[in-house]
Amino acid sequence: MPRFPRWTICLAAMSLYACGGGGSGGGAGSVSGPSVAGAAGSVYAAGGANVVSVTVGPGPSAGSSSFNVPYASVTVCVNDTNSCTTVDHVLVDTGSTGLRLMASALNGLPLVPESDPSISGNTIAECLPFADGYTWGSVVRAAIAIGGESASDVPVQVIDDNASFSPPAPAGCTSNGSSLDSVAAFSANGVLGVSLFSQDCGRYCEQSTGNYDWYYSCTDSLCHSTLEALDSQVVNPVVLFATDNNGVILQLPSIPAAGAASAAGYLVFGIGTETNNSLGSATVLSADAATGEFTTTFGGQMLSGSFIDSGSNGLFFVDSTIASCSSSVGDQFYCPATTLDLSATDQGNNGNTSTVSFQVANLSTLSDANFARDDVAGSASSIAGLGADYFDWGVPFFYGRTVYVAIEGQPAGGTVGPYFAF
Amino acid sequence: MFSATQTAGVGILCLCGVVASPALAYLGGDASSVSADRVALRGQRSDQPMLQYDLHVITAATGTVVNEYTSRDNRVFAITWQGPTPPDLRALFGAYFAGFQSAAAASAATRAGAHRQLSLVQADFVFRAAGHARAFRGRAYVPSLVPAGVAADDLP
Repeated sequence: MPRFPRWTICLAAMSLYACGGGGSGGGAGSVSGPSVAGAAGSVYAAGGANVVSVTVGPGPSAGSSSFNVPYASVTVCVNDTNSCTTVDHVLVDTGSTGLRLMASALNGLPLVPESDPSISGNTIAECLPFADGYTWGSVVRAAIAIGGESASDVPVQVIDDNASFSPPAPAGCTSNGSSLDSVAAFSANGVLGVSLFSQDCGRYCEQSTGNYDWYYSCTDSLCHSTLEALDSQVVNPVVLFATDNNGVILQLPSIPAAGAASAAGYLVFGIGTETNNSLGSATVLSADAATGEFTTTFGGQMLSGSFIDSGSNGLFFVDSTIASCSSSVGDQFYCPATTLDLSATDQGNNGNTSTVSFQVANLSTLSDANFARDDVAGSASSIAGLGADYFDWGVPFFYGRTVYVAIEGQPAGGTVGPYFAF
Repeated sequence: MFSATQTAGVGILCLCGVVASPALAYLGGDASSVSADRVALRGQRSDQPMLQYDLHVITAATGTVVNEYTSRDNRVFAITWQGPTPPDLRALFGAYFAGFQSAAAASAATRAGAHRQLSLVQADFVFRAAGHARAFRGRAYVPSLVPAGVAADDLP
């Protein structure tokens, strides 16, 4: 379905954004720069039409900061109006799909909830499950601008972090675990999910006969779970851009082993659509069409549930020979006596392989002042035997690397997604 | 779904039919209530008696597969799941759900792996989950109910 940018709105929003930039990249000890070599020698300059600055650094507040969280800014407007606000410190997440913004970060912008077409007066809300909990909130239709790209009438989740939305999460939602409805839960004012899927749920929520319990039709006092058509689901905003809409590239600069106070990189829209986003010599690894996952071989084990995930703050994999950190540092992280040099091989469903070398440092020796760290690793949640053991290639994977995420069903640089390439 | 190297228990696989039965199922609860989980999940069920435990496989209407493991004294001691969406953990965890939910909340902000994984080890409840939209998997078990010789962390 074609989406046409509202140029009158977006021109104002874009000029605000292009002047302000996407966050600071300076500070003592930071290693960053306005020019980072991309694939085929292309150089990204912040402010280009399809390029947006990404900064790994402190979070939106002292109590909501975590290392290895890549941030961008997103401008959101009430559809068909000039009423806009720019939300900074939005997590750039290749592991999830859809734009989600904390209600508290919207400065009171009166975004309009999506209507239920089959029940007059009802609006749509969503409960998105995570491995440890859920986000709950209204699904609104908004115009958005990210860098020089824009789209209108985009389904966006407003995460109800200030109890401004009624009713509260239903039982089918809270059964997922703990509420993640807070800036602190994400160390961010929102999540920009730019995965290899087009919508967050897909056909499951459109066709399922079970209680899928993601989308709800709500009055202000009662919700019931409902099916949701694909084009009303919370969407990967990239697919709604007029151009540069087949995927993204995320690139972070190389940083020292001890870390850096911050790191400035780029999120580029489109693969093979402009002179600055060609695949070059990157290896294409096709992902499973249902799960978005591929296989990583590490330590002699084939881990078929692996993924590349900028929403994850380290590399996570099972290795019982690596010492865990103390509980005060976090016993899910690794703290080897000396830095380890390891490698693993990623394989796509298309048979292509790429071997990745990485380091695992002792997390407890890294300075708290360094928010960018390329050698943080920890234990995957051991799900041995469930056939989906995984290697989570989180933010450390992106430092010094140009990573392509191609959206399902879209031709991108000569290969149809879904795939990762690097 | 089932690995070729199943630990603990070699038995005759029996794909038995659905047995209708009353009562509410939950971790630590009575095995006869597994049928209630099938109803709650709107699923199909198959039962597989093994040497040290019984395995009841429930395929929910959502496509998520839930394995419920019951001991020789008829208690549900472990549950594992895999599928595009998590199963109803409140129904499956019973009395253990409240403790699980508050422990999950306590460590949300700086968790390793952000919200892609969670491991919780409590006094008598272990939870390990991982995944993302369209691909969730996990296990939960009550250590004091696990039969001797069964490695609950290796159950498929």
